[in-house]
Order: sequence, then C-alpha cells, then structure tokens
Amino acid sequence: MDKQFNITVRGCDLHYGDFHALKNINIDIEESEVTAFIGPSGCGKSTFIKTFNRMNDLIENCRITGEILIGGQDIYAKGTDVTLLRKNVGMVFQKPNPFPMSIYDNVAFAPRTFGIKKKGELDSIVEGSLRQAGLWDEAKDRLRKNAMGLSGGQQQRLCIARALAADPKILLMDEPTSALDPISTGIIEELINELKTSYTIVIVTHNMQQATRISDKTAFFLLGEIVEFGFTGNIFTNPSDKRTENYITGRFG
Amino acid sequence: MSVRARYEKELGCVFDSLVLMCRHIELAIEKCVIALVDRDSDLAREVCAEDRIINEMERNIENACLKILLLEHPVAGDFRAISAALKMITDLERIGDQARDIAEISTHIGEGEYIKKLVHIQEMATIVIQMVKDGVHAYINNDLELARTLDKTDKKVDELFKVIMGDLIELIKKNTDNAEQAVMFMMVTKYFERIGDHAVNIGEWVEYAITGDHP
Repeated sequence: MDKQFNITVRGCDLHYGDFHALKNINIDIEESEVTAFIGPSGCGKSTFIKTFNRMNDLIENCRITGEILIGGQDIYAKGTDVTLLRKNVGMVFQKPNPFPMSIYDNVAFAPRTFGIKKKGELDSIVEGSLRQAGLWDEAKDRLRKNAMGLSGGQQQRLCIARALAADPKILLMDEPTSALDPISTGIIEELINELKTSYTIVIVTHNMQQATRISDKTAFFLLGEIVEFGFTGNIFTNPSDKRTENYITGRFG
Repeated sequence: MSVRARYEKELGCVFDSLVLMCRHIELAIEKCVIALVDRDSDLAREVCAEDRIINEMERNIENACLKILLLEHPVAGDFRAISAALKMITDLERIGDQARDIAEISTHIGEGEYIKKLVHIQEMATIVIQMVKDGVHAYINNDLELARTLDKTDKKVDELFKVIMGDLIELIKKNTDNAEQAVMFMMVTKYFERIGDHAVNIGEWVEYAITGDHP
C-alpha cells in the first residue's frame, strides 16, 4: 500500500517561551488507522496534534525542533507550502465552529478557497462531503439555511464535512465529541470508523471508552512526554507502564 | 490516597466475597469426604443444602462484577481482575456442585462394608482443597508463582485418579459383586479429578489477571 500519509515524528521538542511543552516525542502514525492521544489536561496532546498542520506557527514564542514527516517529507522544512499542508491535514475542534453562513457555503468554503468555481463541481463536493459526514439526509432540504440553526451534533458533523471538502488525507480531531450528547457521539464514532479506510485519523480524547471503541493505537501523554504507545487493546488491558495503568484506571494523582 | 476510593471499596468487596465463597467450598469438600468415609448422611444432606448458599454467593459476586463493569468501565489491571473473578466464580460454583454430587453419592452407597479403604480418595480431597485455597489466595495476593503451581499439583491428582481406577477395576475383576460400589467410587474419584481441573482453571485466570496472558 502506498504510505504517502504516514506521520513520522523524531525527537520533537516544543517550547512556548521558557515552557517545555513537548519533550523528545517519537511516534509513527500509520495511514488508514485511528490513533488516539490520551492524557491529563495540559500534558501536551492538543499541542502535539496541532504540530501536524503547523497551527502552532500562529502562536507567538512557540519554538519547535526535531522532525515531523508526513509521507517522508519534513513539514517544517524551509519552503513547505503551509496552505497545501493544511489542505491535506484537516482539523475538527472540540466545540463545533460552523461559519455564520449557510450549510452549503460552509462546506463549499475550502473548495472555493482552492479555486473551484463551477457550481456543478461544488454541488458534487458539498453533497459528497455531507454524505461522508452522515449529514446529507438531514441537511439536503435546508442547504441554504444558516448553519447556526443546526443542533450541536449536526454542527459538528458539518465541521467534519467542511474539513472533508478540502479533500484532506489526514484528519485531526481534538475532542470532537466532548460537547455532544451520546447519540451524536455515537454517530460521529461510527463516522470515524467509516472514514479511517480513506484517511489517517488522529483523535485527542478524554473519554477512555471512546479511545477503546474507535482507535487502533493509543498514545498516553504525561507532562509533555509519550509514556506509552501501542495497540489500543494492549494499552487498555495490559499497559506496560505503571503510570499508564494509574491514569486509565483513574488512580492518577 | 486513590482518587477512586469508592471503586476500590467495591473491588475490595468482590475480593472479600471470593474469599468467603472459597472458604465455603473448602468446607463443602471437607464435609463431603467425611460424609463418605463416616457414612454420615446428615452431614451429606448439610452439604447438599449448603450448595444453595454457594450458588447464591456466585450470583452475588457476579452481580457485583457486572455492576462494576457497567458503572466503572474498568480497564487494564482492574478489567483483568474483574474478568478473572467472573470466570473463577463459575469454576468455584462447579466445584461446589461436585462436592454436593459426592455427598449425594455417599447417601446411595448402601449399608454394606466398603470394598476398599478410602485413603487415596481422602488424599485427593486434601490436595484439591489446598489447590482451591491456593487459587483464590494467589488471586487475592497477586501471587503468580503460586498460581502456576496448580497445574503441577493437578498432576498428583491425576496420578491418584489412575491409581484408584486401577484398584477399582481389579476389585470388579475379582468379584462382580463389587461393581456397584466400585462404580460409585469411580464417580466420586472422577468428581475430585474434575475439581482439580477447575482449580487449574482458576490458576490460569489468576495468571491472566496478573500478566494479561491466559495460558
């Protein structure tokens, strides 16, 4: 299989000013797999996930060293096209954040940005993305309505559709269901399972059961380091590090 | 102190109940052997009646484990401990049934003099009682070494089984009138051999609880 969108991280350190947020991170994230990042708040999970599409570039005093390779290419190398990188590496956040515009325009936003103007082509991308995100049936009759009128779960699926419309290869999800009810959470988890055949998916979650349900591999972060990384089944039934065991069994602290 | 004190208390309750169930089972085996050797039918009936208590204990532990699985979603070592407990109680309950079956047989052997001394059967009983004890203690104390001894100890039980079977076959050959009692003793012996196997299963679940690998 063509492994164009594996993520390989070697010796990655990240500082916010004097604060050492990520310490010597090494990890291999495989294509067509779901990789979950777990760990207590402030351990560096979200900071790390944001390095994959260089969102940390926007933060003042953020300094990153080491290598982050996607498909073998160092994404922090000089001359990297960050816009193209962010097209390939989509992101969905904790809180649904639809743009204050119609459902259609939300999903068409990225393809338009990348120069697609033909209505037929845009229609096709919008429908395809909404279908992939499991929102088409609910949204097809109200595409021109404002997206802010959707429920929280629908808004989050819209954000996933909006991310998919850019035709990414990697999908980053930072606690994508933490603000949603169990039904919407279930729908999105099903969706993640379906999407993983076509995308490399990395998800940050505080929900241990969610990590066990949807991820193939899990990395446990603590104080800016990866304590343990391995198959989710092993991590949750027989972790090799006592700190992982203490955290996932709720005995941390 | 752990941040999940209530959860740990619930786990502790499961451990305590297992120890209590184990104690009842040890007593059931001891009593069924005495009932057999001393032809004490009152004691045999007591074992049969007490089997209901053991069955109830199994259900209570099972409910406690299922409640923990449902409410606490245990993972890692906790998950293994609860899964192992759920499997172990099935074996313990079966051991209880077998003690009851032995007690029942003891009431059906009749009045005639025993065709053989029950030394080997008593020896088997002593070994399997210790095996059951060791299995539960290994679980409570996370004692992998002790859990792994059970398989080896079971070989002694299997040896005794063969010896007793040989003796009984000889007795039948010698005099077919011996057959009726011999069949009863064969069944008793087989039950003890099965108890040994259940104890081995317990040891294997203890190994899973400790290491994550089920042998």
